[in-house]
Amino acid sequence: MSTPEMLTPRAMGTPRRRVEGPAKVTGTARYAAEHPLDRPVHLHPVLATIPRGRVTAIDTSAAEAVDGVVAVLTTRDADALADTSDREFTVLQDDEIGFRGQYVGAVLADTPEAAREGADRVEVTYEQDDFRAVLDPDAGELYAPDAVNPAFATDSVIGDADAALGEAEVVVDATYTTATTHNNPLEPHSSIVVWEPDGGRFTIFDSTQGVSTTRSNVATVFGMDEADVDVISPHVGGGFGSKGNLHANVVLACLAARRVPGRPVKYPLTRQQMFSLVGYRTPTIQHVRLGATREGRLSALVHDVVEQTSRTKEFAEQTATYSRSVYAAPHRRTTHRLDMLDVPVPSWMRAPGECPGSFAAEVAMDELAVACDVDPVELRIRNEPDADPETGKPFSSRHLVECLRRGADRFGWSRRDPTPRARLVDGWWSGTGVAASAYPTNRSPGSGATIRYHRPAADGAEHWDVEIAAADIGTGARTVLGQIAADALGVDVDTVEVTVGDTAVPPATVAGGSSGTASWGSAVVDAAQRFRAKYGTDPSDGDEIEGATPENDWSEHYAMSAFGAQFAEVLVHADTGEVRVPRMLGVFAAGRILNPVTARSQFIGGMTMGLSMALHEDSVMDPRSGHVVNHDLANYHIASCADVGDMDAEWIDEEDPYVNPMGSKGIGEIGIVGAAAVVANAAYHATGVRVRSAPMLVDHFLD
Amino acid sequence: MRPFTHLRPDTAGDAVATVAADPDAVFLAGGTNLVDHLKLGVATPGTLVDVTGLTSTAVEDLPDGGLRVGAGVRNSDLAGDPRVRRAYPALAAALLAGASGQLRNMATTGGNLLQRTRCAYFQDVTTPCNKRVPGQGCAARDGWTRYHAILGAAQDSAGLQHCVAAHPSDMAVPMLAFDAVVRLTGPDGDRAVPITEFYRLPGDDPSRDTVLRRGELITAVDLPPSPIAARSTYRKVRDRASYAFALVSVAAAVAVEDGTVTDARVAFGGVAHGPWRATRAEDVLRGAPATDDTYRAAADAELADAAPLDTDVGGNAFKVPLLRGTLTSTLRTLVEGAA
Ligand SMILES: Cc1cc2nc3c(=O)[nH]c(=O)nc-3n(C[C@H](O)[C@H](O)[C@H](O)COP(=O)(O)OP(=O)(O)OC[C@H]3O[C@@H](n4cnc5c(N)ncnc54)[C@H](O)[C@@H]3O)c2cc1C
Ligand code: SF4
Repeated sequence: MSTPEMLTPRAMGTPRRRVEGPAKVTGTARYAAEHPLDRPVHLHPVLATIPRGRVTAIDTSAAEAVDGVVAVLTTRDADALADTSDREFTVLQDDEIGFRGQYVGAVLADTPEAAREGADRVEVTYEQDDFRAVLDPDAGELYAPDAVNPAFATDSVIGDADAALGEAEVVVDATYTTATTHNNPLEPHSSIVVWEPDGGRFTIFDSTQGVSTTRSNVATVFGMDEADVDVISPHVGGGFGSKGNLHANVVLACLAARRVPGRPVKYPLTRQQMFSLVGYRTPTIQHVRLGATREGRLSALVHDVVEQTSRTKEFAEQTATYSRSVYAAPHRRTTHRLDMLDVPVPSWMRAPGECPGSFAAEVAMDELAVACDVDPVELRIRNEPDADPETGKPFSSRHLVECLRRGADRFGWSRRDPTPRARLVDGWWSGTGVAASAYPTNRSPGSGATIRYHRPAADGAEHWDVEIAAADIGTGARTVLGQIAADALGVDVDTVEVTVGDTAVPPATVAGGSSGTASWGSAVVDAAQRFRAKYGTDPSDGDEIEGATPENDWSEHYAMSAFGAQFAEVLVHADTGEVRVPRMLGVFAAGRILNPVTARSQFIGGMTMGLSMALHEDSVMDPRSGHVVNHDLANYHIASCADVGDMDAEWIDEEDPYVNPMGSKGIGEIGIVGAAAVVANAAYHATGVRVRSAPMLVDHFLD
Repeated sequence: MRPFTHLRPDTAGDAVATVAADPDAVFLAGGTNLVDHLKLGVATPGTLVDVTGLTSTAVEDLPDGGLRVGAGVRNSDLAGDPRVRRAYPALAAALLAGASGQLRNMATTGGNLLQRTRCAYFQDVTTPCNKRVPGQGCAARDGWTRYHAILGAAQDSAGLQHCVAAHPSDMAVPMLAFDAVVRLTGPDGDRAVPITEFYRLPGDDPSRDTVLRRGELITAVDLPPSPIAARSTYRKVRDRASYAFALVSVAAAVAVEDGTVTDARVAFGGVAHGPWRATRAEDVLRGAPATDDTYRAAADAELADAAPLDTDVGGNAFKVPLLRGTLTSTLRTLVEGAA
């Protein structure tokens, strides 16, 4: 095969602001719950207050008596669903409770206040069974899942790691933990659902990372044709993975809509509800063992992960996969084991797998650097593999070393004295650290795109419609797809208008796995090429064509991944243990950067979320009740502006013709990968205290 | 959320009469705490009596040189008042360390003093809480106590602590250090309660945070003249750099002559059922050399009776060294800044 052709960048690579930016800052961009529909009915759910057992009685009379209440839905009277194979979606189908916070009913009312009051007055009686809600490898039967998210091998073994560890000159053997964290996008999950009984159609305004997946999942659950489910989602206030899969909230809103045919049912989740119903990141316990020569060359790398899943539905985070592709080592092993608990269903959260896995792997590398007395930048360079360490495939492009060198240069790394706890400035211990980042380059088949040409006779100004049911969750996808379309067609970007977030246009894969731009962009390029092939350079008004994401045959031959290096400066107060991060720099090699404005916000957004994981985020599960006690944003801390110092991201130009015609790699997730580790590594350099858990709190640094 | 009636009486007297007569009525000021409680079902009043505009929104000079802060003064206005910034800098700093800009613009002086604990179980009606429902039990005691008390929550004869909550106000901490006086008007007339006597320890009735009687309205807070307060500071340690409640906080003022502490005022936040006046620490400081050893000894004297909670869900033993470190660092910085 000859090297594939790449698009010539004209609009691609230029800084363009989000096209919907003005609408968003003036408040005219409509989010899911804001679509104005006549006579909406407001839904407030009733949630289980036990973690495991069953509902034995439910008394709705007081709720029904509340002024304004229209209907009360319970397990006793909700419509039967057609497909009950997925327990997460079998809403109100039986009396079994699988986790605290599960839906056991819903109240529909003319006002949100009446719905809430009604829900408070539903009396539910339970029979509670024994349960476990906290990850504890000693209490439960751990098991190996068939695969880890989405379809990776659960374990991987190359060579004889135990023997190599036994012979290694230097060994790092440590256990790292990361806390449960919740995605908490600013816009809560929200839907408005209308059921039209004639013909049986759902119209769903939803806050989702994929209208096509919402459509197909709803169709399956309700036993309908996909064509009878319309999903509309023009703007989404963040998702971070939690809006990538359908969750039970949409099923509940659909069930409710069937109860009030013709009337729109409005259901925005409260922040508290988001802690039990829309996914979260599992806590992890990660045992890492590194064997190396005195010079720091790895001979063995073992990464064993224990994490939780829900009895309601299995989700196995691919935490150790990070360790499968970043560093060379002849002997290696990774494993994943799950503890099945009576807890809400974990799911995707920005860089599932890579994010927690890199925390353990990159802190362990820092420990190895200390143990070998080798500079941690140099240590990573020494362990750079020639090819993907597990598959043996060459990388389509890989510039981790260049990122490390460029970052070290920009950050002033050469002046660093490696001695820990050696710099006390105005009462603060100061230190710096480094970590690597990596994220696989994905492209999913299954998206289509329409391109339509317009030349109004009157003024003759030509104009192109590009339509694809992609999701713009704040990333700038709509803007970037316009840039791609312009270059694929060879036209001015200002003549292109992109429509996303609507099942009325060709279907698209979910905004997940940092695959959106690559997958959707490839469909747009395919449509553009077909358009030119069919209509040439002088099309007529109304000419249109559809294209689709092609398979990428090159992925058989190459390993594809983006890489990066992160640097941080950390201050730890000598008397109070407070941690501050005045400076953080990420340098990334992620193919062609299609739009520096929106790319920068993805990189630093990911890094900020990693900083937040390092210092704050911690969903505290109460083992007695099975619920997250700090379930609001006053108690579940995310980084505030004051926690984010001088944070910067840059990138090196990387040309990769094998990934897709744009030469782009996914950038939505790589920023969070390694970000928590770099903070922990810098905190060690500052204080000499090695923190092996995230988040790091004042407690860790107090005597 | 229970439907309620919203009343806007014309005078403070009418407001007091309404609330005194109706056990189902409560005062509403900025609403930043109460409205959350309505939504969460923590408070279920039938009537909200809006008192914004019924109490003074001014900071006035008192003849003795102190200041009178109207109960309706917004937290942001109080923080920005030049007299407060000059004469009671710890108070201005404490206000600015609280909540967010938007919240401070709404929050009032009266409402701030009476804001309720942030105990996560208090705020969740599905968990037992003696403060919300007397006799129900305390879910926090063996639960998540990162934001809970280490001082002043006495055990009863059965060894139980009825409530281990901490009071969340930052503003109240320097007010306590400076011996502020809370002025009230009620169905039985006006009275003034020193803030040192205003907050209660939980004892066996944690449902009451203060000595306020039914229907009593806070009208103002008096700040007595206090030369030492002019050299004061507020230090708040929290789980992020901004917009979080205190893990521990310290309001402190010191006078030092020739390397010896001649006078001191110290109060703590985040460690007890109300703001905590550290009189034992003050006693150790007075007359002692202005050194780290003294500051640590002062902290240890106050912490001698500390009873941190050790639970599976996250205890708060860390608050003992944290408070020691915070007091030491605060006093050192204050003294060095003055030198
Ligand atoms: C997200 C968040 C973060 C916060 N962070 C902080 C923080 O870091 N530090 C901090 O100190 N505070 C913080 N707060 C709390 C905030 O300071 C209080 O909510 C505020 O001070 C309450 O004042 P208000 O006027 O809004 O009171 P309201 O909510 O109106 O009332 C509170 C209570 O006081 C009663 N009341 C009000 N005025 C009077 C009066 N004159 N006489 C008698 N009773 C009265 C009401 O009946 C009610 O019980 C935070 C709040 C939120 C929501
Ligand atoms: S500590 Fe106090 S407020 Fe919290 S649950 Fe216990 S009794 Fe309630």
